[in-house]
Amino acid sequence: MTRIQLEGPADWPGFQRAVRHLVHHGIEPAAVRWAWGSEGEPAADLFQAGAAQPARSLADAPPLALPAGFVALAREVLLHDDEHRFERLYGMAWRLALAGPLARRALWQDPLDPDRTLLDRMAHAVRREMHKMTAFVRFRPLLLPPAPPGAPPATRHVAWFEPAHHVVEAVAPFFVRRFAQMNWAVLTPRCCVAWHGGALQVLPGERRENAPPPDAGEALWLAYYASIFNPARLKVAMMKREMPVRFWKNLPEAALIAPLVAQSAPRTGRMVEAEPPTGPRQRRRARALDAG
Amino acid sequence: MDTLRKLIVLADAAKYDASCASSGTSQRDSADGRGLGSTAGAGICHSYAPDGRCISLLKLLLTNWCIYDCLYCVNRESSNVQRARFRIDEVVQLTLDFYRRNLIEGLFLSSGIVRNPDHTMEQVIEVARQLREDHAFRGYIHLKTIPDASDDLIERAGRYADRLSINVELPSAASLDALAPQKNGAAIRRSMARIRTHLEEAGAPSRGARALPAAPARPAAAPQFAPAGQSTQMIVGADASDDRTILSASASLYTAYRLKRVYYSAFSPIPDAPSSLPSRAAPLLREHRLYQADWLMRFYGFSQDEIVTGEGAQAGMLSLEVDPKLAWALAHRERFPVDLNRAPRELMLRVPGLGVRSVERLLAARRLRRLRADDLRRLGAPLGKVLPFVEVQDHRPRDAHTEGFARGAVAAVAPAAVQASLF
Repeated sequence: MTRIQLEGPADWPGFQRAVRHLVHHGIEPAAVRWAWGSEGEPAADLFQAGAAQPARSLADAPPLALPAGFVALAREVLLHDDEHRFERLYGMAWRLALAGPLARRALWQDPLDPDRTLLDRMAHAVRREMHKMTAFVRFRPLLLPPAPPGAPPATRHVAWFEPAHHVVEAVAPFFVRRFAQMNWAVLTPRCCVAWHGGALQVLPGERRENAPPPDAGEALWLAYYASIFNPARLKVAMMKREMPVRFWKNLPEAALIAPLVAQSAPRTGRMVEAEPPTGPRQRRRARALDAG
Repeated sequence: MDTLRKLIVLADAAKYDASCASSGTSQRDSADGRGLGSTAGAGICHSYAPDGRCISLLKLLLTNWCIYDCLYCVNRESSNVQRARFRIDEVVQLTLDFYRRNLIEGLFLSSGIVRNPDHTMEQVIEVARQLREDHAFRGYIHLKTIPDASDDLIERAGRYADRLSINVELPSAASLDALAPQKNGAAIRRSMARIRTHLEEAGAPSRGARALPAAPARPAAAPQFAPAGQSTQMIVGADASDDRTILSASASLYTAYRLKRVYYSAFSPIPDAPSSLPSRAAPLLREHRLYQADWLMRFYGFSQDEIVTGEGAQAGMLSLEVDPKLAWALAHRERFPVDLNRAPRELMLRVPGLGVRSVERLLAARRLRRLRADDLRRLGAPLGKVLPFVEVQDHRPRDAHTEGFARGAVAAVAPAAVQASLF
């Protein structure tokens, strides 16, 4: 059994080096065990002989000619939370590397190959999580003490987010492009990214208690959310499909969902049945009362 | 009135506009050291309300005061809703604050008509101008064009906006006359035609750049104009128009004005409604079926005149029970089963339960080998819906031409139909 130790949960350089090395030495997927970080430390596994080999210190092996699409797919699948992602990817790389040119083409160009559909589904889940992170990260502004005393106070925007996959570093460039002039940080339990003075820092995971609490400005957003909702058209299942419940605990407006749903039927009923339409006379009074 | 109160009134007044799209515009960001925001090809929905609608933009009316009296509109002159009016800088600051919190992709601004159409349009444009020029805002801006606003104002609006829209409101001129007497269908279409002209000028390659060797090497590019195009909205169920009328109105709008989207909005009861309007909501399911039919026309090669299959009392209407593609397949059973190993792409696209992407994957796989039922399973297609209509290596439906088959096909989708009727 060959044991490969990666440096992080989505260590692409290490994984790539290990795949080249393993294929070069003809080591079959079934004979490889993968671990990262402090997982599977050599001493913890008493039944296996041989120490884990750090992927990045493996000897150089020649690069493999794999389809370009595979590399793109693999980089996404590597971000998946599935603990078997390394085995699955290496399994596909092995099949592709050993196949002759014709068989390789057939294998890679068949989008309904069972192994391939599994990897596609994993990559899809990763892309969706990346997209949801761009959508559901919510920054709260914090006033920082002025750097030289007397200078105008700076603002730092800080968010707390709990992604289901290892996507934080992959999504960071999105926030850099969007908020390049701001000072911001996204804290997550997996790892944190912070942008300050034109430089992106990647830091270890944080705890939720260290993220900022709601601020007064959030009231405007809650008011907007409640007002833009149309109580005459309730489609809760649709909402849950696009905004899965696991995200709700970090979305301030989610606390409004239950009361808005509960009030929707009575509100719509009032519109339909109770109120007689306003005629011109009432209209004038309504206008006179309004302060604009 | 404070900003919070105005926000409540003017977001509430804006919610009858269905569009919240933030996709399909030019790619921008603020990595150049100036400005705020970015756009990419795909839009982002930052939240969802319990009505199932995406919240992508801060959707507001600048004011809900209005000199028009369109009966279906909650803001019509004769309605007794509370009125409010934002200052321009209030909308600008709200947009920037929400944007920095990553709550929105940008702003969708509309307005009731105050004083006259040009004055109103100028106010709406000024919000967009301040965002773009004073704050270098690179996010998404959708402006509602006021019908009858002058061409010069439409041109200015398009310089700041990603998308312009103007609502045709109702599928026929007669309905518009009856329900919105001050709105002029011809004027609405005139504005749409102007927007189309500006879009084409901005999109057209600069002529003569190659023909004249003496010309400067880089001719000035045409100024940008609403890169995400124009859209419109039709209210469904406020008048008596049937689905065939609505879809044929859409088809002519798509071709005549090169619209990116036609939005359908099921008429929903509004506070203080006039008695000439229906007092019950048009079924949301009807709106959903219209979107499905619209989709089939744009991406599946269906033509508008074959898509409405209702007969008898339901003539002119889409089926509420089953989706329009399944309804078409049931009405054309002689075309099935489709042999997925041999059929052309156009016919595969007509199989209920197979989407464009599924068809592409099936085509790629069958170039290499014969397709089997397992392939459909791996595709994630709804097997109960697809299998009665297709033939593959190890599957052939037995009773494709009988009544029993039709009942089975409907039964396969019945759970969805029951769920939908709960709306």
